[in-house]
Amino acid sequence: MKKYVCGVCGYVYDPAKGDSDNGVAKGTDFKDLPADWCCPICGADKSEFSPE
Amino acid sequence: MKDIYSAVKVSDHVYWVGAIDWTIRDFHGYTTPHGSTYNAYLVMADEITLIDTVKAPFMDEMLSRIKSIVDPAQIKYIISNHSEMDHSGCLPQVIDLVKPKKVFASVMGTKTLNELFHDQSEITAVKDGETLSLGNMELTFMETRMIHWPDSMFTYLAKDQLLFSQDAFGMHWATQERFADELPAANLEYEAATYYANIVLPYSPIVLKALDKVLATGWDIKIFAPDHGPIWRKDLGWIIELYKKWASQKPTAKAVVVYATMWHSTEKMARAISEALATAGIKVKLLSMNETHRSEVVYEVLNAGALIVGSPTLNNNILPQMADVMTYLKGLKPANLIGAAFGSYGWSGESVKDLEVWLKEMKVEIAAEAVSVKNVPDSDVLEKCAELGKKIAAELIRKTANS
Repeated sequence: MKKYVCGVCGYVYDPAKGDSDNGVAKGTDFKDLPADWCCPICGADKSEFSPE
Repeated sequence: MKDIYSAVKVSDHVYWVGAIDWTIRDFHGYTTPHGSTYNAYLVMADEITLIDTVKAPFMDEMLSRIKSIVDPAQIKYIISNHSEMDHSGCLPQVIDLVKPKKVFASVMGTKTLNELFHDQSEITAVKDGETLSLGNMELTFMETRMIHWPDSMFTYLAKDQLLFSQDAFGMHWATQERFADELPAANLEYEAATYYANIVLPYSPIVLKALDKVLATGWDIKIFAPDHGPIWRKDLGWIIELYKKWASQKPTAKAVVVYATMWHSTEKMARAISEALATAGIKVKLLSMNETHRSEVVYEVLNAGALIVGSPTLNNNILPQMADVMTYLKGLKPANLIGAAFGSYGWSGESVKDLEVWLKEMKVEIAAEAVSVKNVPDSDVLEKCAELGKKIAAELIRKTANS
């Protein structure tokens, strides 16, 4: 599973860590994140992310 | 001694109680030759509220201005619209002195303030769209993440039709005048553009969304009260249109040629490129990094369509002055640029290839083949430089004709 980088603020989504603040379990692939998931740092939507 | 500082009335219930920093010349790498102000505001509601604070060494000046209106101990609420230290540096001390009922920041703001000052558990998070009653009036909060930090938010006071816009619409310009309409428009535009280029530019797509978000609220805003520089109370459309223009970064028929030089060879090339661009009808700004500050370069790039960069090779690298400006420009993410690289070298000549890598990483479209020369350029090489300039000019004219 690939890490994805936010093109706005540089936050890296790491599937191994998930995003516990927003109810995303460890092991969740980026493509399986909900459509309304957004960057936990800057609020950018999924379309702003690209593979690291 | 009697306090020498006074508050300045902004609207029926709002006073400016900030500080003027006449001598600051460096903001984390952005040069501020005309100083700055740290704007804090006092809302004289039933529940007296302080909007933002100032940089730590200026706390006494802020308190002095507050005292000209009210005993600081009467302040009930403090709002932190932006956690950066020039607006929060004295926040913990002010909380200790004033003992407000509550302190508010955005969700990200509470996290940031705790990371900056630690043990700030009394700071309450407010969400996007949440309101706070001050008794006889109300504040509404709007998250503006990444304009220009994750914690950033706007606060709207409907009663006075006033938006506390933190760093948006701000500028680093120390003046005794508190209102933009008291200052010359050309200077305002220069200072606001320089601030935008050096601080806000990387978040331009978000700026456009935030402007739409503010418009969608239906707020009838009459005053923008930013955290730096003068307050806008007339013709808000002027600064809004400038923000839209800067944020959209449409290509223009202007080229910025940035170079550093050791023994004037790269400089000769830069001059040849610039002359060719100008002859082809392109507006040109030629900037030597031996003499120019990086802040001025990004100001010039803000309304440019091309970025052409040159460096000699020093010890298998680009010159450090060029590494400085390329690092700075890359972080500020100027968009929609075409470009090219050039430079002289003594034996190995890595600089031009390295500069092309920088340009590609910055998503600058390479629109002309690089020109590289061993030692001093002769007339043939200078002709190649002119060809580079002509090629960039033609591409700029084509792009701007279509836009």
